[in-house]
Amino acid sequence: MTQIKNPLRDGWTLIVKRECATCVMVVPVIARLVRELPSLTVYTQDDPKFPDGVVSISDADLSASWHADIDTVPTLIFREKGIETKRTVGWQRSEWRELTGIADLGSELPEFRPGCGSMSVDPDMIDTLRVRFGGAVLHSRQIEFASAEDEFEAMFSRGLTDGLPVVPPTPERVMRMLSGTSRLPQEVVAIAPPDLVELTIEKIAINAVMAGCLPEYLPWVIAAVEAICTDEYNIHGVLATTMPVGPVIVCNGPGTRAIGMNSGVNVLGQGNRANLTIGRAVQLIIRNVGGGRPNEVDRATHGHPGKLSFCFAEDETNSPFTSLAVARGFDTSQNTVTVFTGEGPRCVVDQLAREPEALAQTLAACLRTVHHPKLPFAFDALLVLGPEHARVFAQANWNRERVLQEIHARLQMPGGEIVRGAGGMAEGVQEAFKDATLPKFRPGGLLLVHAGGVAGLFSSIIGGWVSGATGSDPVTKLVTA
Amino acid sequence: MILDPTSEKKFTSRELLARPTGLSGQTIGLLDISKARGDIFLNQLESRLTAAGANVLRFRKPTFTKPAPVDLRHEIATKCTLVIEALAD
Repeated sequence: MTQIKNPLRDGWTLIVKRECATCVMVVPVIARLVRELPSLTVYTQDDPKFPDGVVSISDADLSASWHADIDTVPTLIFREKGIETKRTVGWQRSEWRELTGIADLGSELPEFRPGCGSMSVDPDMIDTLRVRFGGAVLHSRQIEFASAEDEFEAMFSRGLTDGLPVVPPTPERVMRMLSGTSRLPQEVVAIAPPDLVELTIEKIAINAVMAGCLPEYLPWVIAAVEAICTDEYNIHGVLATTMPVGPVIVCNGPGTRAIGMNSGVNVLGQGNRANLTIGRAVQLIIRNVGGGRPNEVDRATHGHPGKLSFCFAEDETNSPFTSLAVARGFDTSQNTVTVFTGEGPRCVVDQLAREPEALAQTLAACLRTVHHPKLPFAFDALLVLGPEHARVFAQANWNRERVLQEIHARLQMPGGEIVRGAGGMAEGVQEAFKDATLPKFRPGGLLLVHAGGVAGLFSSIIGGWVSGATGSDPVTKLVTA
Repeated sequence: MILDPTSEKKFTSRELLARPTGLSGQTIGLLDISKARGDIFLNQLESRLTAAGANVLRFRKPTFTKPAPVDLRHEIATKCTLVIEALAD
């Protein structure tokens, strides 16, 4: 794409349109300025014959208006050596007089009249203009569709979707998406597995458009992608495994409220655009840029529905505990994403426990079944504690550390119960461990998040995958604009 | 018109080497991907290949969840004349 350059010159510039009553009102003033300010250039956004009796330049492509950052007409500007030094918008007689040095300018006009909206900020035009004047930053190949081709079907047939329709990533939509970050489109964010290709902000933005993201979600998508493409997180293995896991993205910080993420009712379910599309964008990026597709490098035996999208915010506002992000070394003012490799969530029901010990006992019993009740140490888990369960602990003054400590204490498994063959089950640890006591989770292998609706004595367990250096470690990244 | 959401990567194709007529005298690499009991299978394979006259070299990558490190791949490519490649699970 070619870029249209800034046409503005040194001296005086006035930008007007006929459709604006204030511009029409100041026509006599404009005529006088033309006589007294030899450097004046008048740009007209709509009717090139306006103002009557004055030689003006048509700004039909709005290049002058765009580059001068005009949001109101009339706007009078003075530039010296390429730098703007004076500007006034609308009609303010005293200011026009002071700027131009013409003491009796506009005596016949009222003292003040507000201007009108510039065509360059018309909501119907803004996306087109962003591409027209800034589109040269886009380097991706353009894919043309035949006129009779349905663009949604075309994206299915080209293998670009996750099985659901995607928003066509037109240059206009991608430029709008890029307005959500200050990072340059060609900045390489990560090397994306499995093809190990350079992943740019532009490619992330394209896939974020397809997922249905708003521009303000883009920094969250970028941070999540940076997190999963680390060696610690190991998205290559997460993608390639036969186990039913994918990235689970937990968002923390005030920004989660600002972009309207859900941390409450139906937190792990459908219905919230930010939750769903941020997670979806991350998966689309791995599919389209990384080249990771089901039945190719993705070898999951079953997979799970959250491999379309699995992203939610922690309820920090109503939580009795410190947040996951704080527990991982960040503070409450920071926006972060934590990526965890997880399967689909399952419910823990305990509607009777009013004592924290009883609830810890229930949670431990359910957590023990992650992947297999006889398998210790190998898999992490993410416990999403519902508010009503959290209240039981809070009323007993158990903090995050105490809750985790009490659950861990109840997950020390006697070797005799979990050796191969015990309980009539072949699965288990080798006979050599029969006299040992083995923990269900490694230290730090159980993550705790507070989220969910305020009604329901339930929590949710998200089982993990091969943990640590052998497989995947949770990774937390800052979200930056 | 849309922008291409893929990496736009162009894959290079390379011509295959001539196929060997037999195993005798060939150096064959077996890469243990570090999955449980994989060594049992590879031990069997090694004895069969050795009996057929091949030299067998054994390699091991640190974890089955990640690609083999580049240095290991280079070492295999340098030392072996044949690699038996297969997918686990």
